Amino acid sequence: MSVTANRVRAGFFLDSVALMRLSRSLLALPGVEDAALMMGTPANRELLGDAGLLADEGAAASGGDLVLAVRAGDETQARAALEHAETLLRRPGQRAAGGDDWHPRTLRSATRLLEGANLALISVPGDFAAAEARKALRQGLHVMIFSDNVPLEAEVALKQEARQRGLLVMGPDCGTAIVGGVPLAFANRVAPGDIGIVGASGTGMQEVSCLVSEHGGGISHALGVGGRDLGEAVGGISTLMALRALMADPATRHVVLISKPPAPAVAARVGECLAGSDKTFTLCLIGAREFALPPNAGFASTLKEAAAQALGKAIGERFDPAALAVPARGPSIRGLFAGGTLAAEAQVVLLAAGQAVASNAPVPGASALDGAPPEAHRLLDLGDDAYTRGRPHPMIDPGVRDGPLRAALADPLAGVVLLDTVLGYGACDDPAGHLAEVLEAAPAPRPTVVASVTGTRDDPQGRAGQIERLRAAGVLVAPSNADAAALALACVAARC
Amino acid sequence: MNAIADVAERIEAANAEALARMLAADPVLVDVLPAAEVLPVLGARTILHAGPPLVWDDMCGPMRGAVAGIAVFEGWARDLEQAASLAADGAFAFHPNHDFGAVGPMTGMTTVSQPLLVVENRAFGNRAYCTVNEGLGKVMRFGGNDAEVLQRLAWLRDVLGPALGAAVREAGGVPLKALVARGLTMGDEMHQRNVACSGLLLRALAAPLARTCRDRDVLAQALAFMAGNDQFFLNVAMALGKAMMDPVRGIAASSVVTAMCRNGTEFGIRVSATGDQWFSAPVEMPEGLYFPGFGAADANPDMGDSTIVETVGLGGFAMAAAPAVAGFVGAGAASDAAGYTRAMAEITLGENPEWTIPALDYQGVPSGIDVRLVVDSRVVPTINTGIAHREPGVGQVGAGVVRAPMACFEAALRALAREVGVA
Repeated sequence: MSVTANRVRAGFFLDSVALMRLSRSLLALPGVEDAALMMGTPANRELLGDAGLLADEGAAASGGDLVLAVRAGDETQARAALEHAETLLRRPGQRAAGGDDWHPRTLRSATRLLEGANLALISVPGDFAAAEARKALRQGLHVMIFSDNVPLEAEVALKQEARQRGLLVMGPDCGTAIVGGVPLAFANRVAPGDIGIVGASGTGMQEVSCLVSEHGGGISHALGVGGRDLGEAVGGISTLMALRALMADPATRHVVLISKPPAPAVAARVGECLAGSDKTFTLCLIGAREFALPPNAGFASTLKEAAAQALGKAIGERFDPAALAVPARGPSIRGLFAGGTLAAEAQVVLLAAGQAVASNAPVPGASALDGAPPEAHRLLDLGDDAYTRGRPHPMIDPGVRDGPLRAALADPLAGVVLLDTVLGYGACDDPAGHLAEVLEAAPAPRPTVVASVTGTRDDPQGRAGQIERLRAAGVLVAPSNADAAALALACVAARC
Repeated sequence: MNAIADVAERIEAANAEALARMLAADPVLVDVLPAAEVLPVLGARTILHAGPPLVWDDMCGPMRGAVAGIAVFEGWARDLEQAASLAADGAFAFHPNHDFGAVGPMTGMTTVSQPLLVVENRAFGNRAYCTVNEGLGKVMRFGGNDAEVLQRLAWLRDVLGPALGAAVREAGGVPLKALVARGLTMGDEMHQRNVACSGLLLRALAAPLARTCRDRDVLAQALAFMAGNDQFFLNVAMALGKAMMDPVRGIAASSVVTAMCRNGTEFGIRVSATGDQWFSAPVEMPEGLYFPGFGAADANPDMGDSTIVETVGLGGFAMAAAPAVAGFVGAGAASDAAGYTRAMAEITLGENPEWTIPALDYQGVPSGIDVRLVVDSRVVPTINTGIAHREPGVGQVGAGVVRAPMACFEAALRALAREVGVA
């Protein structure tokens, strides 16, 4: 025996077309035989009566009242349908599937437009980034903070709040991430796979992910954590959360952690964190002294080595620096890097060969530029604030490197000029072409120029074409940044 | 940090209450009565004007023109010249309409003998008032003040007002919420376009008018006047807005805007938690389309209490319902209309589920302007408006869009912060 139930919303008006649409959606509910939402005019009440949808409440309604009427298999089903109708009335609007080209101005309306979104990328001037990040966290979103110049205290407070909420903060100054195959900010189009990356360094993550991808492997996720995360103050909050997330990810087999040397207490915490996992790990902590690790984890001294460990096979074995070396005209290497971690890796390679190295961003064992002997190898991180103040990063605007490059080409002590070339989303359209033009305009004879290209065959700039363009300008191109440093060294060594 | 989190919670709770009161409103046009009857406090020589408080010296041309005209109309001066000099000598008491439960379009003159539309919010029992719309062309709300203007006001007072009052009473009142809901589906946004609602109101009142009006000529005149004025409903919508927002005033910690208005010199807003305090800033110039022969150089800065319709989610907030207006007021292509409504959703607490817009898949109009969201998003309310000539007596020269000045909202937010103890 079916049940007819009515509910009346006094003085509630909706257009009849909207009401018919709502009525139809009630018909899909379990047990509902018929349903109608109508204004309670005499004519409408008669219609409801004829349809067997009118109960006492509805019969007493007036023209300005909305009658919700349902006939269903039993009492419970009828009541459930009426409840559902009330819910629909609270929000009669339904977003169209395609939507228009409206761009929300705030996170608040963006999340309303894109229900189910769980990550916000924040790129605003540093002074405002923490406030925006906090808003995102309070809406339940993970956060990637591209902005730099976020005060350290703000970073600590944000990450503590995020940890409490079970949300990950990537950054600040997080330039690179690949989440579920989607490259964010400066990232390359890499193959999908089972290698996860956690990194406090953007170009380090790019180099490892590209080497993995170009040598038959692939990336599950690459999560940036910001350059200060493994320092004492932040205590590795995001690194540990990202590591745990990848440990729990069934698609990830091996994880590479890339960072500057961590604070000792934080290093110990990372070691503990890895111990419980059934996955394997490579720690590439550029320039760090080794510390105790559980058996499922190992160290890599360079990004190239980290990629090889992750792949479980050697890469670039056929590359022989000695065979390719061209005798250099001077004793010193002048490295000019867009990527900070690429500059650090090159220092590590030269230091490992017993060379004296100076840098504006020295790794442990290298010296500062001031007071370094003129013939020392000098490797510059041109992404450093001293070079980018008021200018874009050299990955975006390769012109930032032009001045230092011309100076190095004219330096009588320079035997080799060592360069990186970073491709991918966010990077300049044709970094190799720009470099080549500067090199081709330089007066001969010039120092030997050695470079590598961080990128993949699927990147917008195309790795092969970029390499070809550099070679055409007389550049010796090595298969990785570490190999380029080794080749530069071989060239200097081959001098007389 | 926790103190701030607590305050945020208090504000959220207060705003939920504010929005609930807005949405619970049940505005009904219940009468049309002489101001003397419904606002007995309005004595001789008291003039209510649009916008926040204003003195004669700061009044723009049209406002001065209207003041002079209404003084002559009320018999407080023998001619416009004398009226102006009396005004300059401080002979008239000026007050904002908003302080008396009233609202008025453009110059917003409300004085003792004018007939007022009476809208009662039956959910809360409060009433709000607005004069009867004079029609287009040379009219007092745009600063017109010649004999033709004053004669029309006299006819409204002596003929149409009483006739309308009788008809509305005969009808037992006209519920407005449903009428506006239908108007939205028929292309009105209730500020620049009231074609549908004016027609719907005329339909509701035609039979009662015919029953109550004994003089066939008067009946014909009344019907012709309403039928000939596409903006007739604007003043009804304004009284509706005022009736809807007044119960939202004075909710401790609520950051919801309860009134927005302009006096031709300043733009003012009121916020629930800070009660009757005005937050004002110099009013901006509208951008829009001009009637033939006029241009931006002729335009007066923005004016009127009609922004009360935006305060309740209509007007510029409901632009998506009225694509025809988007083109007319110079806001862009008709297809851009939805963008205006979506932008207003950035600064409002929620939607009005009864005032829906078919073109936005029945999304409700954005309702409950939150000063925090305005300051945070840097999105200010968009207002659809008529443009008056800067000289008194010329009248309307165009229509357009104007933005509420951000400074009002920033000042209100600072005051709110003090109010809740975080500044």
